[in-house]
Amino acid sequence: MNNFMFGRYIPGNSWVHRLDPRAKLLLCFIYIGVVFFANNFWTYLLLTVVLLGSIILAAVPARIFIRGLRPLFWLLLFTVVIQIFFGAGGHVYWQWGVFSITHDGLVSAGLILMRFVLIILISTLLTFTTQPLAIADGIESLLNPLRKVHFPVATLALMLSLSLRFVPTLMDEATKIMNAQRSRGVDFGSGGLRQQIKTIVPILIPLFVNAFQRAVDISIAMEARGYRDGENRTKYRQLKWRSADTISLVGFVIMAGLVIALRQLT
Amino acid sequence: MEISFDKVGFWYQPGTPFAFQALKDVSLTIPSGQFTAVIGHTGSGKSTLIQHLNALLKPTTGRVLIGDRTIDAKTSNKHLKPLRKTVGIVFQFPENQLFEETVLKDIAFGPQNFGVTSQAATEMAQQAAKQVGLADELLTRSPFELSGGQMRRVAIAGVLALRPDVLVLDEPTAGLDPRGRRDVMTLVTKLQREQQMTIVLITHQMDDVARYAQNVVVMAKGAVVKQGTPQTVFSDANWLADHQLALPSAAEFAAQLSQHGFHFDPLPLTEEALVAQLAPQLPLKGGQHNE
Ligand SMILES: Nc1ncnc2c1ncn2[C@@H]1O[C@H](COP(=O)(O)OP(=O)(O)OP(=O)(O)O)[C@@H](O)[C@H]1O
Ligand SMILES: [Mg+2]
Repeated sequence: MNNFMFGRYIPGNSWVHRLDPRAKLLLCFIYIGVVFFANNFWTYLLLTVVLLGSIILAAVPARIFIRGLRPLFWLLLFTVVIQIFFGAGGHVYWQWGVFSITHDGLVSAGLILMRFVLIILISTLLTFTTQPLAIADGIESLLNPLRKVHFPVATLALMLSLSLRFVPTLMDEATKIMNAQRSRGVDFGSGGLRQQIKTIVPILIPLFVNAFQRAVDISIAMEARGYRDGENRTKYRQLKWRSADTISLVGFVIMAGLVIALRQLT
Repeated sequence: MEISFDKVGFWYQPGTPFAFQALKDVSLTIPSGQFTAVIGHTGSGKSTLIQHLNALLKPTTGRVLIGDRTIDAKTSNKHLKPLRKTVGIVFQFPENQLFEETVLKDIAFGPQNFGVTSQAATEMAQQAAKQVGLADELLTRSPFELSGGQMRRVAIAGVLALRPDVLVLDEPTAGLDPRGRRDVMTLVTKLQREQQMTIVLITHQMDDVARYAQNVVVMAKGAVVKQGTPQTVFSDANWLADHQLALPSAAEFAAQLSQHGFHFDPLPLTEEALVAQLAPQLPLKGGQHNE
């Protein structure tokens, strides 16, 4: 559980680390949106170059990105296999009942794989370089306009930061509980499906009981310190938009324009 | 059963930016049938060390010998179950592992996992509950309705019910009242003396170390910095202070008395030893109390 790198923050002080979380969220949205417009070699090349450039600017070692992809390997494989076998059209290379491998199937499998990897890598880049709490702050600030329609932005942001804050704590706790149950003879990851499902109960129950207990404790602690969910809360962590943020945003908008222009090449 | 560590190094999350070396070149032997205490400042690697005793963690470098089994980085995760039965570990705040509907079922959970029939498991559970002093009427209650101290006893019973050869306890008395603390310590020494169980105890209570332990292992920053009898470990007060440790209270008291003309050799570690050495030095004659 500890070796799980996906979605974690890696402390650093690179150019990307220092960007405003709002900017990074916007960049990430733009990028993911644009990925769905890409349709030929040149568009994918451009997207890959931008991604690699950002990864280099983030100064996070490439092997860590690869580790981040590893847990999603089976999901990727599954999607690709489905696409290869069920995608239809073009020259047929092999056929067996409903399964067939066709030219178009292979191409679309390749494109889907490429899109998946690009999207996963850019989101991983976001979480690697932005503290969870900064992401929550960024989302809150981006949602601010919704206050006009009485959307509970502050409550949502609090929920978001509390849950993000407790992800690592819960993971640690799950590890501890698993170790305690292992010591009492539970064999995780062996036996049939029924057996495996049965081993989940001794983890989930204590985990839930502790999580609820902790939720009660936190709410009491917050109220004891005078927390009130209201409009006029000030922030300890201030977000600062700097010129680097504007520059990267402009860069990504140009990239989006280029991708849409390059689409026409086919 | 003897357990020994041979140049064990352990890294948490190796190969990531969070890699952290929690054990450094640890070599030690935990003699069979004896009471071994592990002490050290918080974060010194004590809990990491004991998770190697039943192969919950495997050494990154070096090896651990548990009875006739050798565990190193390449040991497969399969077939470790017999180890879990011979070495029982009571974790720090073990009340977090309770999950069954009733106390009795929870204690019987361990034995059942090792293929004991449910009737035999229930008997083992009842016996373990008696050992830790849980009243019979508690056995049918939900473990979540108990007080913290009672939950702690249930959790200890859950490990005792496995009837391990080696019992490892990670700060079992933290947060207990004085009575609860004494009960746990009495139980543990009884198991060691009467059933020749090997005991490994992590504790911050130097008085307990002085009173019950036969061997002491001192950890600091992931390394074993001292190993020996309580008498040797507690011989140097300055060295202890350097490692964020303290003397047992009797020894502390004796050390203060020595600055006022009293003389102790060797330094008494328990109240009894202190009294035995102090009484002859007091200038009191029969019946003549200073008035
Ligand atoms: N899962 C983990 N990932 C990374 N580092 C860890 C992990 N668990 C423990 N550590 C680190 O390893 C070191 C030793 O931890 P350990 O829990 O063994 O200490 P300890 O001696 O039991 O302390 P305490 O007396 O507070 O219980 C600590 O510095 C801790 O931060
Ligand atoms: Mg510990």
